[in-house]
Amino acid sequence: MTMMTNTMGLILSGWKKPALKDLSYKRSVSAIPFGGKYRAIDFILSNMVNSGIKNVGVLTQYSSRSLMDHLGSGKEWDLDRRYDGLFIFPPTVSDEESGWYKGSADAMYHNLSFLKRSNEEYVVIAQGNGIFKMQMGDMLQYHIDKNADITLAYRRMYDYTAEELSGLGIIRIDEDSRITDLQEKPLNPQSDLASIGVYMLRRTLLISLIEECIAHGNYDFVKDIMIRKLDRLNIYGYEFRGYWRSISSVRNYYRCSMEVLDPEIREELFIRNGKIYTKVKDEAPAKYNEEAEVTNSIVADGCFIEGTVENSVLFRGVTVAKGAVVRNSIIMQGSVIEPDAVVEYAILDKNVVLTRGKYLKGDTDYPVVVSKNSRV
Amino acid sequence: MVKKEIIALLLAGGQGSRLGVLTKKSAKPAVLFGGKYRIIDFSLSNCANSGIDTVGVLTQYQPLKLNNHIGIGKPWDMDRMHGGVTILSPFMKEDSGEWYKGTANAISQNIDFVNKQAPKYVIILSGDHIYKMNYSDMLAFHRKNNAEATISVINVSYEEASRYGIMSTDEQGRIYEFQEKPENPKSTLASMGVYIFTWEILREYLIRDDQREDSDHDFGKDIIPAMLADGRRMFAYRFNGYWKDVGTIQAYWEANMDLVKRVPEFNLYDPEWKIYTPNPVKPPHYVAPGGSVKTSVVAEGCMIYGNVRNSVLFPGVFVEKDALIENSIVMSNSHIGEGSVLDHCIIGENVRVGKNVRIGFGDDVPNTDKPGIYSSGITVVGEGAEIPDETVMGKNVMIDMYAGAEDFCCKTVPSGASVYKGGECE
Repeated sequence: MTMMTNTMGLILSGWKKPALKDLSYKRSVSAIPFGGKYRAIDFILSNMVNSGIKNVGVLTQYSSRSLMDHLGSGKEWDLDRRYDGLFIFPPTVSDEESGWYKGSADAMYHNLSFLKRSNEEYVVIAQGNGIFKMQMGDMLQYHIDKNADITLAYRRMYDYTAEELSGLGIIRIDEDSRITDLQEKPLNPQSDLASIGVYMLRRTLLISLIEECIAHGNYDFVKDIMIRKLDRLNIYGYEFRGYWRSISSVRNYYRCSMEVLDPEIREELFIRNGKIYTKVKDEAPAKYNEEAEVTNSIVADGCFIEGTVENSVLFRGVTVAKGAVVRNSIIMQGSVIEPDAVVEYAILDKNVVLTRGKYLKGDTDYPVVVSKNSRV
Repeated sequence: MVKKEIIALLLAGGQGSRLGVLTKKSAKPAVLFGGKYRIIDFSLSNCANSGIDTVGVLTQYQPLKLNNHIGIGKPWDMDRMHGGVTILSPFMKEDSGEWYKGTANAISQNIDFVNKQAPKYVIILSGDHIYKMNYSDMLAFHRKNNAEATISVINVSYEEASRYGIMSTDEQGRIYEFQEKPENPKSTLASMGVYIFTWEILREYLIRDDQREDSDHDFGKDIIPAMLADGRRMFAYRFNGYWKDVGTIQAYWEANMDLVKRVPEFNLYDPEWKIYTPNPVKPPHYVAPGGSVKTSVVAEGCMIYGNVRNSVLFPGVFVEKDALIENSIVMSNSHIGEGSVLDHCIIGENVRVGKNVRIGFGDDVPNTDKPGIYSSGITVVGEGAEIPDETVMGKNVMIDMYAGAEDFCCKTVPSGASVYKGGECE
């Protein structure tokens, strides 16, 4: 694999996803807790670091506080460096700057000085809400071999319905893998090849494309740069064959969380080809008491289990008391399921208390979401 | 530089030879404990939680794992601009160099280190015990008494007392007599090996002790008696919490098993007094359909397809289907094969137990080679060993580090036997 010491990373993390409802209330979608101890952004950040990238900028917009708290100085990703490392760019207001970013290209434009003063030859741009494991060096090699101006990673979404496809960016490619069409969230998807939101190009090209885009009064990287330049630039598709999901709605968050119970997928995401790093919490190992009945579930450190847990994900420090049942659910950090309470097909955000004897049930397609710090 | 009021010196050089194969290649303070920790984490976390941010760790025996574990002290928040954690190993001097000859000599060889920090007090700790203690309360006690030495003590039973240094005190807690491992103890207040000294006084005694040929250069045997003989102000500080010396296989196993009880006497989950250690980069653990865990402590990265009862699993342990682990401790990244049954054993790191292996079944006869170490019915498998499929092992068996299939002479290892790496079959 090509190590990408000559590449910098840009992570776009800030856009609000109304379909995530309460889960993204007061948190950026990239900061959504996932997989028992992670947040969504850990995946792309770890992918970049595992691929040898040492200079990463995170462009945030909406409710970036939990994200900034999570990322800190970047030390968990080995990005607390004397030179380069991790840079977080929330919107700022000054004489020239107007505050909120209008779109992804606008966000990059407002931080153009970061791109200009970096000296890596290539930039990889990615989204903060993708759950996947990718060796990005392979994509860089492909980009170089194809002599491409821009390379976009795509995945054949054989495991998505047409309805789900229409929430993605759908591409068509010719026999040489050159992208001939790119439609953002099309009503009638023309193929099952979806962009996974990872782009690779030369840093100097990116700077000139952004300057041109903003000069024309535009602000979106996909609509105003990628789609408009399909004919004029060599834009190639790079097929990514691994597992990939983009967290964008309660439904796909739930589905993706449940898919991670599959040992194959977990092996791919967490064990093979590099680790996934996250902010550490100093929790003791999980404790099981006599009455614990746990099956097909992920359990993080600091959990305390005296009840029944089936097909579920327990984040750090969750308590499942005696007689309580957790089934097909995702229970986030610090939540408590009191004695004899039952929860099925639900997503409990952080520090929720399901009180004694309560019964809470959703549906696979419509899991119940209980927002942070609620007492039910 | 801000002057430190108190710094800690942590004696971590001991071998802990009664832990057998567990300390063959690591100092006792570096032995894994409680599903995630190493023994030294408890003392280091006590320092961090007591506001002591300068710690010298004195190492001597097999320090590799310990050095690696402590690093620059990040988990304990001791990666500091001033102070922090410093590993103090024996070093060459201008005209000679020597090993630490005793606990006191270890400190006296590092007088320069302490002087540089110029603390008013030093606290001497050993990295051998499992306990939570607020050293700042003890320091307040030391100051209040205007003491020159304060020794932390715990009440033990009369039978146990002869294993410890025993204090006799007056009503105010002032020590008037000290007996090191006495046959006929005059009290049951045992020294926990935690001392606070006023540094100037201690330094004087260290220098004096160093020049004595007949000294063992030991705190318990030499320094404390000498100070007592001089009528120094020495007080005993009573500690009432959980405190365990995990110096033997039996004690080590018991202290781990204490953690799996319904309400453990020793609470690892106290948010006010966390125990810190480097966190492994592993996903949460997974219990598969068909797997089952009860009355156990399980760390991150474990994959459980079999059954776990009354046991402690460290990070990354893989338990295949139909395996049963009972009353056992399984250390990091070990693999327990399909259908294997383990009872009362300690499995070191990176051990591979094959399929349908049975460990811990048979008569409780002490180990033939080392009866003093393996005699409590517990079988111990050293780090990196590979146990071939279908092997049946008894109690008090010792399997050497990195012993492989070629070292097993037959499918049966009777109680009390040992299997050595590169050992000869009869």
